[in-house]
Amino acid sequence: MADVDKKMLTQFLLRMGDNTLILGHRVSEWCGHAPVLEEDIALANTALDLIGQTQFWLGYAAEIMGDSKTADDVAFLRDVWDFRNLLLLELPNGDFGQTLMRQFLFDSYQSILLPRLMKSSDQHIAEIAEKSSKEVAYHVERSAETVVGLGDGTEESHARMQAALDRLWPYVGEMFSSDEVDAAMAAAGIAPDPATLREEYDALIGKVLAEATLSIPDSDFTHKGGRNGATHTEHLGHLLTQMQWLQRAYPGATW
Amino acid sequence: MSKEWPLWEIFIRGQHGLSHRHVGSLHAPNAEMAIKNARDVYTRRNEGVSIWVVEANNISASSPSEKGPLYEPSESKIYRHPTFFDIPDEVGHM
Repeated sequence: MADVDKKMLTQFLLRMGDNTLILGHRVSEWCGHAPVLEEDIALANTALDLIGQTQFWLGYAAEIMGDSKTADDVAFLRDVWDFRNLLLLELPNGDFGQTLMRQFLFDSYQSILLPRLMKSSDQHIAEIAEKSSKEVAYHVERSAETVVGLGDGTEESHARMQAALDRLWPYVGEMFSSDEVDAAMAAAGIAPDPATLREEYDALIGKVLAEATLSIPDSDFTHKGGRNGATHTEHLGHLLTQMQWLQRAYPGATW
Repeated sequence: MSKEWPLWEIFIRGQHGLSHRHVGSLHAPNAEMAIKNARDVYTRRNEGVSIWVVEANNISASSPSEKGPLYEPSESKIYRHPTFFDIPDEVGHM
């Protein structure tokens, strides 16, 4: 493990793991409700991939926290203010188009971040990134193709995808808003400063959204407060009541 | 025009050296998405190394009502099976 403040490293790992946990839970809400059977199964697969990645990130975070904590403790026994996920990922699903737009915006970010993390000075992080990156490569291919299909589709699907992009765009900037945790990770060679990923990200989504005939809103306004835990949206608490109720109602319950 | 996605027949090769086998069908807007959907629907448990998709209306099939003329003539032609050769013992199990 690289020489770095453990509290900072834990924050970084919570950011990674809470992102995949919260999005994984949101995507799982589609199970049994997607517009067609094929998409239903594909979304459930994606949700499972994300929860699988969460086990690695939060498992490592729990290991560093010590106190014989597990990934389950970290996922199910923290409250809203302890979560470090992007606000984008805790927003309600909206319609199918909005769900896929959110997926695409996040998949694109992960597809740029994970290859950098594969070169992390922390061997464990490099291994998690390596394993996750194959799943993410498929996720971004699928979500990008769906965004293009629906954006450049019928009049209605185009309108819905543009509305989804307009709704979600103010939450994209948070991915790149660095703070002292990111500075510490970058200095230790553990993770890149996310601000340095923006150019590549804009190029990637710009290409796909142009193909989807969608216009990126002309605004830099950014909602923040998820990845540093300062101000989550009202939606996260409701999500947690669903996600955590079993462990809360029956502490320590196992299969 | 139908608003339904077309139906695709899915063929999966389970491992190298085997043939692609028909595993089922699904709906998709185009061939690329049909492959992705097939990956998600039919290879979740590590079933495949290769996927073929064919739009169902591109498959021509024999008619069940013609099975008499098509298949019955071969029933009585047992000499078409290679079972009338004496196999030398040295050959062993074939």
